[in-house]
Amino acid sequence: MDKIHLDHVSFTYSAGTPFEHQALDDVTVHIGASRITGVIGHTGSGKSTMMMLLNGLSKPTSGNVFLDGYDVNSTAKELYKTWLTLPEYRNLRKSTAKKAIRKEVEARKRRLCFRVGLVMQYPEYQLFEETVFKDIAYGPKNMGLSDEEIRERVLEAARFSGLDESLLEKSPFDLSGGQKRRVAIAGVIAMKPEVLVLDEPAAGLDPIGREQIFEEIRRYQRSTASSVIIVSHSMEDMAEYCDDMVVLSQSKVIAAGTCEEVFSKVSMLDEVGLDIPQITQLMRRLRKMGIDIPENVYTVDRAVEILKRYYQSQKGNLT
Amino acid sequence: MKSIAFGQYYPANSPIHRMDPRAKVILTVLYIVCTFLCRNALCFAALVLSAILLTAVSHVPLRMILRSIRPLIMILTFTSLINIFMTKGEHLLTPSWEIPLWGTHVWRIRIFEEGLWTALFMILRIVVLLVGTSVLLSYTTTPIALTDALERLFAPLKKIKVPVHDIAMMTTIALRFIPTLMEETQRIMNAQKARGADFTSGGLIRRAKALLPVLIPLLVSAFNRAYELAAAMECRCYHGGEGRTRLKVLRLRFSDVFAVLLLIAFGTGIFFLNRLGIGYTMKG
Repeated sequence: MDKIHLDHVSFTYSAGTPFEHQALDDVTVHIGASRITGVIGHTGSGKSTMMMLLNGLSKPTSGNVFLDGYDVNSTAKELYKTWLTLPEYRNLRKSTAKKAIRKEVEARKRRLCFRVGLVMQYPEYQLFEETVFKDIAYGPKNMGLSDEEIRERVLEAARFSGLDESLLEKSPFDLSGGQKRRVAIAGVIAMKPEVLVLDEPAAGLDPIGREQIFEEIRRYQRSTASSVIIVSHSMEDMAEYCDDMVVLSQSKVIAAGTCEEVFSKVSMLDEVGLDIPQITQLMRRLRKMGIDIPENVYTVDRAVEILKRYYQSQKGNLT
Repeated sequence: MKSIAFGQYYPANSPIHRMDPRAKVILTVLYIVCTFLCRNALCFAALVLSAILLTAVSHVPLRMILRSIRPLIMILTFTSLINIFMTKGEHLLTPSWEIPLWGTHVWRIRIFEEGLWTALFMILRIVVLLVGTSVLLSYTTTPIALTDALERLFAPLKKIKVPVHDIAMMTTIALRFIPTLMEETQRIMNAQKARGADFTSGGLIRRAKALLPVLIPLLVSAFNRAYELAAAMECRCYHGGEGRTRLKVLRLRFSDVFAVLLLIAFGTGIFFLNRLGIGYTMKG
């Protein structure tokens, strides 16, 4: 089953004023469990807005957001009818049952931001504590965990995000940009969310920093089997690290599926001004020149492997 | 949040929007004087008519103007009640009701015709004052244009060593960064909410404490921004107002002068209408 399902979701900013702006227009997306999904699109295509809908920070103007099949914005009133027949509530008095349902819905709303952990764009600006340790502990503390559990989670999160333990007692304001970002990401990972959402996690980092961050995210995903959503506008990174992709353009979803499926629609990507990865372009051109290699190659590593094999086979032909 | 309207500026292309902001500042001052000149029913009729006309010309929807009056309703009711019950005059409308208080004290409720008029005039005065200033200035002038105009209008004060340019520049920068900071606040609040921060429950102290994770990053980034802006200005050799030219030069056009003259004529008209002594004339 889908981990997250957006059903005909629209979102409008400042509706009814001269500044009205529709950020999402009838968007339907399925996001699979235990996969890395890339959401890609230009600035202003509605990517960040979509992410804020996932953890309940904003509510869609119309449409529904489902997490594990539960509409995250549903109110107790809407649920009375169906839930009153559930075994937990069936045998209770009606007023008691209603109260219990209301409480459950409240609790679910509160839990939502812990279940879907959102790392916003440039998250290093949200650091505030005296020490890195305390800052990472902020989320788990809000969850009401014990000190011991918090400590464990902080250490684990720091490890996942490649933070050295010696940094934990430093002030987050003394760190470098890349380290700050890692602290912010660790702060969300420490909540052990079922879905980790990262909005442009590598923006403004140098190439090595980018690679490290993405590697760490992948390592985290593989070892926890959680679902990860990465928002980016770089096709290269997406091709390298994502299993699935959703392409947004002008507030609409124009393509979704596995990376192969999406990249095979080259002309459509061209139309919205998104480039397929350079390595894919290179391989296609080589193929056009008559070299017998597959055309759906999206990562440099795979390309190297294929070209090596091709070279070996050609050498055999020559001698 | 992204597109939050700063102040109340309402983008449109009306004759008032196009006017020179200096003319608008002068017009606003004159208009305020006019509202205070009004003393009798005829004057107020003219005044209300002028406010309606201005609103129509400005292309600002009535809905927005009514919204700005809403917070005043309490003040309006309060002043009119005081005026109705406290104004003394000659035409008594009520029989002398007496409400016993304590001992031999009684409270005599007496409502005079003059009280009703005064209350009505005060309501009209406040409403027109608000509508006039908002239509002439806040809804139709960007804050930046406004400080620009004020800088020019107060330029003579430079003679007595008032740093007019610096004050105007500081105001402009402050105004410019209000929406930026608001956006930033919203962003940081969202980021902390995503980590389970709760800003709405608990007592006063708990709520204040909950705001710390927002205020600290906000202050840090505001300082950083200020340093960056200062560096950027220095890189472009900013050294105050001396010999500085403008990108947008303000030019008074004939229509601006005409509007000011028209309003002066309107004020003079009201001044003489007061003297006719038609109906009740408010004192003071």
